[in-house]
Amino acid sequence: MSDAVLEVRGVTKAFGSRQVLRGVDLTVTEHRAVALIGASGSGKSTLLRCIDLLEDIDDGDVFLDGEVITDPAVETVAIRRRLGLVFQAYNLFPHMTALQNVVLGDMRAHGVPRREAEERGRALLARFGLEGREDDRPDNLSGGQQQRVAIARAFSGRPRALLLDEVTSALDPELVGEVLAAVRDLKAEGMTMVIATHEMSFAREVADEVAFLHEGRIVESGPPERVLTEPQRPETRRFLSRLLEAGRI
Amino acid sequence: MTETAVISDRRLEREAARRSKERRGQAIAAISTFVVVGGIAALVLTSPGWPTVQETFFSWSVFKESFPDVLRGFWLDVKLFVVVEVVVLVAGLLVALVRTSRAPALFPLRLLGTVFVDLFRGIPTILLVYLVGFGIPALQLSGLPTDPVVLGGIALSLSYSAYVAEVYRAGIGSVHRGQRDAALAVGLTDSQAMRHVILPQAVRRVAPPLLNDFVALQKDVALISILGPQEAFRIAQIAQGVNFNYTPLIAAALLYLAVTVPLARVVDRMGGGGGEVR
Repeated sequence: MSDAVLEVRGVTKAFGSRQVLRGVDLTVTEHRAVALIGASGSGKSTLLRCIDLLEDIDDGDVFLDGEVITDPAVETVAIRRRLGLVFQAYNLFPHMTALQNVVLGDMRAHGVPRREAEERGRALLARFGLEGREDDRPDNLSGGQQQRVAIARAFSGRPRALLLDEVTSALDPELVGEVLAAVRDLKAEGMTMVIATHEMSFAREVADEVAFLHEGRIVESGPPERVLTEPQRPETRRFLSRLLEAGRI
Repeated sequence: MTETAVISDRRLEREAARRSKERRGQAIAAISTFVVVGGIAALVLTSPGWPTVQETFFSWSVFKESFPDVLRGFWLDVKLFVVVEVVVLVAGLLVALVRTSRAPALFPLRLLGTVFVDLFRGIPTILLVYLVGFGIPALQLSGLPTDPVVLGGIALSLSYSAYVAEVYRAGIGSVHRGQRDAALAVGLTDSQAMRHVILPQAVRRVAPPLLNDFVALQKDVALISILGPQEAFRIAQIAQGVNFNYTPLIAAALLYLAVTVPLARVVDRMGGGGGEVR
């Protein structure tokens, strides 16, 4: 617990009468990557949105560096500046260039002077293989390029933890690799991450821990090789065998 | 390797067929235009009243005589239009922002915004011009404007701000909520998200309907004539009364068209993709 960057304790969340999270517990320690797996609708996105305070939780608490962030008295904007979130559908700002997308948070939220922000933004884009695309608008970029811009944007605020919400689900299969490479790169640097994903081979490769979310609870978690190859719980086994049938593993 | 410049017979055949179809289409369009336009023209020109109409509506000598005065009046219309348009753009945006805000402290303003829109969009513009133009001076309060041009401008601003506020609001509502999420996720505040992310996209999207409203405003400026100012329509009416000839009104109509038609072409062009934002 001492070096936990993120700690989720007993978090519940309902949308109207639909109970999405039923008491989620999850701990992510520094420099570790947790892969969040589970069927569509199991609450993976909701959990990430709750951690980034885009949704108000009903019960439980989330801690960032040991400090509660889900207290109503906490300044949400300040917390969000310490976290990064990458969306499934990229959600890039279509009226801005790739570079403007990346530097917006730095300049407006973190008060970095334009020159410095742009210098860093260019370096970040180059790091994710987007050199020369700085002045392109999102609709001139492929899905894989857009998602890499989105990763650069989320990373530019030097977050304590990065939350990745199915970042490859909207991509054509041949573009998945380049986005996963960007995530791998961040992991190598020691970025603390929660990765909601359907890519089991990627979870196995990058994650230090896999957490299986089922009907609003994490029913099983542990090292990838154990959870993915010798699942203990019947729910996990059923989920994995369905993926296997679909040829997704 | 074998794809040389040789054009196959099949392709030539297809191109010839396409060309002949195109030619046939053009011929049909030309003939149909000729028949319709010619028919209407023949109907009007051969009507029993045409000689009288030609004299009372399209008299060249009256046109030449009244045009300079009408043009001078039209200058007032243009000036008023420009000022009211700027006021409307700003006021409409403010009302829309108030109406879309979520801050509890702004609740009274939000209520006021709703009442403002309901009221001024619900009253016919001509009635509003009357009420403001004659009502405010009747209060006999010092400090309130008495110039009918200013009063007419206020009435038009109230009416059009209400319309334009709703156009802006629709634009703001049409920006996907994922955009706001993304803006908040990079650490922006609500108002920063509105200013840097949502509003720029919303304004781009509603530019064509906004311009459409301005074409309407450009014409409705003539409504202030009921308060007495010597604008184009008023002057044309006076000239018509003097000569018992309607040609000055045609002159005024042509002047309005000279502004509204180019504006309409701009609207067309914006609708055709230039203003599209995903």
